[in-house]
Amino acid sequence: MRVRRTLVAGARGLGLAAVSLAGSTLLFSLTLISLVLLLLGVGWLTTPLVVQLTRRFADQRRVWAQDWAGIRVPSGYRPPPARQPGLPGVVQRCQHVLTDPTTWREMMWLPVDMTAGFFTALLPALLIAFGVEGFVAPAVLWNGVRPDSFTYGFLSASDATQVALMPVLGAAALAAAFFSPKLPALHFRLAAVFLTPPKAELAARVERLTETRHDAVDASAAELRRIERDLHDGAQARLVAMGMDLGTIEALIERDPAQAKELVARARTSSAQALTELRDLVRGIHPPVLAERGLDDAVRALALRMPLPVEVTGRLPGRLEAPVESAAYFSVSELLTNTAKHADAERAWVDLEYADGRLRVTVGDDGRGGVVLPPEGGAGAGGPGRTATELPAQGGTHSGLRGLERRLGTFDGILAVSSPAGGPTLVTLEIPCALCSPKTSSS
Amino acid sequence: MRVVLAEDLFLLRDGLIRMLEAFGFEIAAAVDNGPDLTRALAEEQPDVAVVDVRLPPSLTDEGLQCALAARRARPGLPVLVLSQHVEQLYARELLADGTGGVGYLLKDRVFDAEQFIDAVRRVAAGGTAMDPQVISQLLSRRSQDRPLARLTPRETEVLELMAEGRSNTAIAAKLVVTERAVAKHTSNIFGKLALPPSDDDNRRVLAVLAYLDRG
Repeated sequence: MRVRRTLVAGARGLGLAAVSLAGSTLLFSLTLISLVLLLLGVGWLTTPLVVQLTRRFADQRRVWAQDWAGIRVPSGYRPPPARQPGLPGVVQRCQHVLTDPTTWREMMWLPVDMTAGFFTALLPALLIAFGVEGFVAPAVLWNGVRPDSFTYGFLSASDATQVALMPVLGAAALAAAFFSPKLPALHFRLAAVFLTPPKAELAARVERLTETRHDAVDASAAELRRIERDLHDGAQARLVAMGMDLGTIEALIERDPAQAKELVARARTSSAQALTELRDLVRGIHPPVLAERGLDDAVRALALRMPLPVEVTGRLPGRLEAPVESAAYFSVSELLTNTAKHADAERAWVDLEYADGRLRVTVGDDGRGGVVLPPEGGAGAGGPGRTATELPAQGGTHSGLRGLERRLGTFDGILAVSSPAGGPTLVTLEIPCALCSPKTSSS
Repeated sequence: MRVVLAEDLFLLRDGLIRMLEAFGFEIAAAVDNGPDLTRALAEEQPDVAVVDVRLPPSLTDEGLQCALAARRARPGLPVLVLSQHVEQLYARELLADGTGGVGYLLKDRVFDAEQFIDAVRRVAAGGTAMDPQVISQLLSRRSQDRPLARLTPRETEVLELMAEGRSNTAIAAKLVVTERAVAKHTSNIFGKLALPPSDDDNRRVLAVLAYLDRG
């Protein structure tokens, strides 16, 4: 295993060294030329192109760093501005790449990569080659070929003792290649030092948190407004009407029992309606089964209420944190509602899974597919006013996928949609979360 | 008839006690939490238990779990479960053991005292009392199924009432038709749904639910 790993590292190192030397030298020269050409004007056109190439080149190294050495090298590019036509667009693009700190970081990295990077990449291969030479050279020397000028490392071929020591040095080199697993990673560590933006991750994280917190506050404010409105227009109004009816009944009960009885019946209907409305409202805020049983049974109950057959598989090992349960439930609810309304599906299924501190829910159907996430900032997203229309209780009649994504974003959750035209549609959501209690015995 | 009552809200418990006593029931015990309910069911051996789904201390579905456990300990123990909401999931769990004497009703059914008492009596006698909401959910869900689509509107109506656990007499009274007409409808329904006919009220419901479940 170790031999294989060492050989692979050596081979990759060779390739990497070639790429480093050729690619970085070429790109560095091109960049310099392009920057000089800025003075002549042509540079405004070529610089973004060269920078683009450099980025691809650096990105490839980031991929290799991740794949071969498990080292994450964040990029931290700034998002490009919206494309503008004509000359202003050209200038703007060039300005954008020139003001992006990543451009300069990569520019600094290129000369390092073609020198130190080249050497560090070559190191594993060099050690192996050197080690092998330590064994081959003495064999050749003892077979009569004795060029006195030959040296191996610091050992000279003119002295028999030194020749005898060559395999020892070779073995040491091989051992170094063999027993230092971090050696192939050296190249990527070097690249990481130059390419990692300072505190980029922290900054990105703060940005993301600000954004999601804003969404969360927006959504909960809209939700409170909806609840207030529903209570005000619904149950509250009905109870007032009931109170009025009861007052009238009190006055009528002896004078006109027949009419009083009629009013009693009406009051009873009103109270039943008020209850129904309150029940729907409660279901929209926090479904009772969810409160009573947790996510898996709540999804099962939801599946039973769907107009199409929905199969629910998977069990959760326990209850999740209440906000996560709720977010996952309403997401599934919205997805199933969409399926029932738009997908033209015969059947749907939901799979629940909890592993490694992540909840994964997959919702699929055999419908006609073609579901796409609308672009961020496009029709699907929107301001607070929009959020108010995406109510959990009603399911998303609009393209609520972005809303869903935002809701999950509050929990650092993600949403993945696979829905080729013609179907089938598969939506997976994943939320990192903790179990708050293991499952108690339930029948 | 001796009743064990479990309801954590004082006002509702008080109202239920008064209503049940007014209709000649004897309240063997009225409790407000799960552990007390389990104890009362074991000690009092009531003729019927009226139980709220959500009970302290967990305030989840403790009442339902207690009732299911008590029915496992004493098969056929009549239990009427009351809830602020009705879920097919819970209805299935109650009916799962296949023995009678179960009911599952929305709390607002107590608005109509006589119907509610009728349901309690039916359950106590080993029958079933399913909330119309559960039944209509089931029927609307399965309405695309072909055998159900073959029923006439009248037959669907009869099927719904039948699934709630009502007898032919009760169905006849409710629909204002003769019992013979109802009997004819039911045999038509059983024929169309390919269910073996039976006189037992409870078995009728189980058969209907089992059929609806099969889809």
